[in-house]
Order: sequence, then C-alpha cells, then structure tokens
Amino acid sequence: MQYIDMHAHMVSRATDDYKAMSLSGCVAVTEPAFWAGFDRVSVDVFRDYFNRLTEFEPERAAKYGIQHYTWLCLNPKEAEDRELTHQVLDIIPEYLDRPNVLGIGEIGLNRVTRNELESFKDHVKLALQYEQPIHIHTPHLEDKYKGSRVIVDTLLAMDGVTPERVMVDHAEEHTIPFILGNGFWTGLTLYPTTKASYQRAIDMIERYGPDRIIVASACDWGPSQPLAVPNFIYEMRRRGHSEAAIKKIVFDNPREFLSQSPKFDLHEEMMPLKLNA
Amino acid sequence: MTDHYQDTCPMPQSELIAEYFMEYRAQLLDVAAFLDRMDRSVEQDGEDDFRYQALLESIQVLADGQPGRVERMQMILSDQDTRLLEERDSISAYGAADASQQRARTEAEPAGD
Repeated sequence: MQYIDMHAHMVSRATDDYKAMSLSGCVAVTEPAFWAGFDRVSVDVFRDYFNRLTEFEPERAAKYGIQHYTWLCLNPKEAEDRELTHQVLDIIPEYLDRPNVLGIGEIGLNRVTRNELESFKDHVKLALQYEQPIHIHTPHLEDKYKGSRVIVDTLLAMDGVTPERVMVDHAEEHTIPFILGNGFWTGLTLYPTTKASYQRAIDMIERYGPDRIIVASACDWGPSQPLAVPNFIYEMRRRGHSEAAIKKIVFDNPREFLSQSPKFDLHEEMMPLKLNA
Repeated sequence: MTDHYQDTCPMPQSELIAEYFMEYRAQLLDVAAFLDRMDRSVEQDGEDDFRYQALLESIQVLADGQPGRVERMQMILSDQDTRLLEERDSISAYGAADASQQRARTEAEPAGD
C-alpha cells in the first residue's frame, strides 16, 4: 500500500532507509526542522540546515521515487534562546518560496517555559504573516499534557489561526480529545518506547474516528523506526480493518492536510508504484 | 469528534485473546520481573524515586476494573500544573512528574498579542 510519512527526520537517516521506505510503499515524506541533539551556536548553522532540507534531501529522496517536503523553524528545545530565535526567524522568509517548503514547523514547547512560549508565538505570527500551514511538536512524556494544553489555548487565543491548517503532532490518549475537539489535525507518532505503539495508535483511531488523524514514524537519530508506517498498516490489517480504512489514515488524510499548501503535489510519474495500483 | 468507547474494536474478545494474549502475557511478566528486580537490588536506594512511585501508582489502575485505563495512567505520569516554568530546568523529560521539586512557575498567559 502506498503511504505518506508525514514526519521523518531524514537528515538523520542513511540512504538505505530511503530505499527501504520506497520498497515498502512510501511515496512522500515531510521533514520538519528539529533539534540536532545539541544546541546550535549560531544562525549560520541554521542556514546550512535549511539548505540541506531544501536542496540535498529532496534530491536524495527523489533517487528512490520519494517526494521530499519540509517545514522550517527553530525547534522548541532551542527556543529558550530568544536572541537566536529572532535571528533564525529573520532568515526563514528567504526559504519560504523554495519548492519543497510547506510551512512552519515543528514549532511548539519542550519544558513549557516562558521563553519557549514567546518563541512559539513568534513562529505562529510568522506563519500567519506569510500564510503558511503550521506543524506543531508537543512536549515529551510528563510534559505532554500541560504543554499540549498551553499550545491549544494559545492558538485559540491568537487572532487569525485557522485550526484546519494546523497539525498538533505527537498526540496520546490524554491529549487527543482536546486537540481534535478544537478542530486541529493531529498526528500519532509510532515510537518503540515513548509516544504511541502501533496498537495504541489503532485504539485511538477506533475511539475518535479516522478524520483529521495522521500517523508517522518521526524517525530521527534516536530510537525510532523508518518503516513504522508499513508496520502500522500490518497491525491495522491484523486488527481487522479494511484496506480503505487503512488507506485513509496513511495516504488520504496526509494528502488532504498537506494539499492545503499549493506546493504539495504528488507527481504520479515519480512513484515507484502507481496511484490506484 | 466524539469518543466512542464501547463497540469500537472490530475484533471479538475471543479473537483478541487468541491473537494478542501471548504478547501481553510477556509484557506483564516483564513488569513483574522489574518489580522483583527492584526488591532484589543490592542497594535499596530508589524506593522513593518519583518515577518508581508513579509506576507503582499506575499499576493500581491495571486491576481496578474501570475503563479509560490508559488515559488515567497517562495523567498519573503527567505534570498537571500548566503554569509556565520561568526558565528551562532541563533539556529532556523524565517520564513522570517530580512533585517534590519546587520549580519557579508563572501563570500561562496564552492570549495572543
């Protein structure tokens, strides 16, 4: 089955992963800008990073029939540094016209600090100014609940935010009701230890319905699985769900959300397997 | 968006047991083995650890027979104080909230400006 991995940090993955993802049906990935595992020291490092996301990665992915799209920002873990945040915000508009840039992300909160929230709001304002969709990271583990609450409340209080154009990612059982209930899209991240297992992700889809929900690998430099989405497809079949129900989650839904950017256009001729095959 | 709890899993209970029993049997035994390992540890220096205490509290939910077990366990493992930290205290999360730690917080002011 063809699928779109809505969240994959391919800069952290080997080319072999692109090949394996292609062989398993992946036709497109979207890659949000994220934390490198350490706090970066200057805005020039972000220029290099954004150039890689908009030049090198699309070419590397295309060799395996995968279309590569990206989201740009300074991520929440580095957002405590307000000076660096302002410097990165200043250069992002230079990249917004590049053909694979879909919007602003993954912005959000990490430890839910005052500076993180200010940096988050600055990114949202930039997205609204340039009419960009938004991809949001919600915090990890014990910070998930409070961070998701603050993010949703903040977005609802800001003028101009359209929930249908915002993906609030990494939902779990205790946050998905108020994310979906306020009209946002949400993502279920298929991780081996943290976030959601395949079975729990399916449980949430069964309980809350298939609308405005996307699953993704969020594969990166940590414990993660670039073939998480095909594994999810296997588990959905094992649970007894129809092919149409599975396709809605792994292909139709991400295509619907991402198509809000005019740049997102699945080129059928690029795909190793034809649409509707 | 509605939470439909009843009748949403398409597999009959008998098939769920046939398909998944062995997986969850193994996972449950691993939890039991971890608790035994804590008991057997050469140094009994983690009994009061906030993560271990949260784990023990969460385990109670497993056997109480009430629905919504995952959400209730998630909330036990969550920091439910939504006030903002004055500054970043750590780069990473721990998996459970440390209620004993008095961190400087302020009320969130989510209104846009």
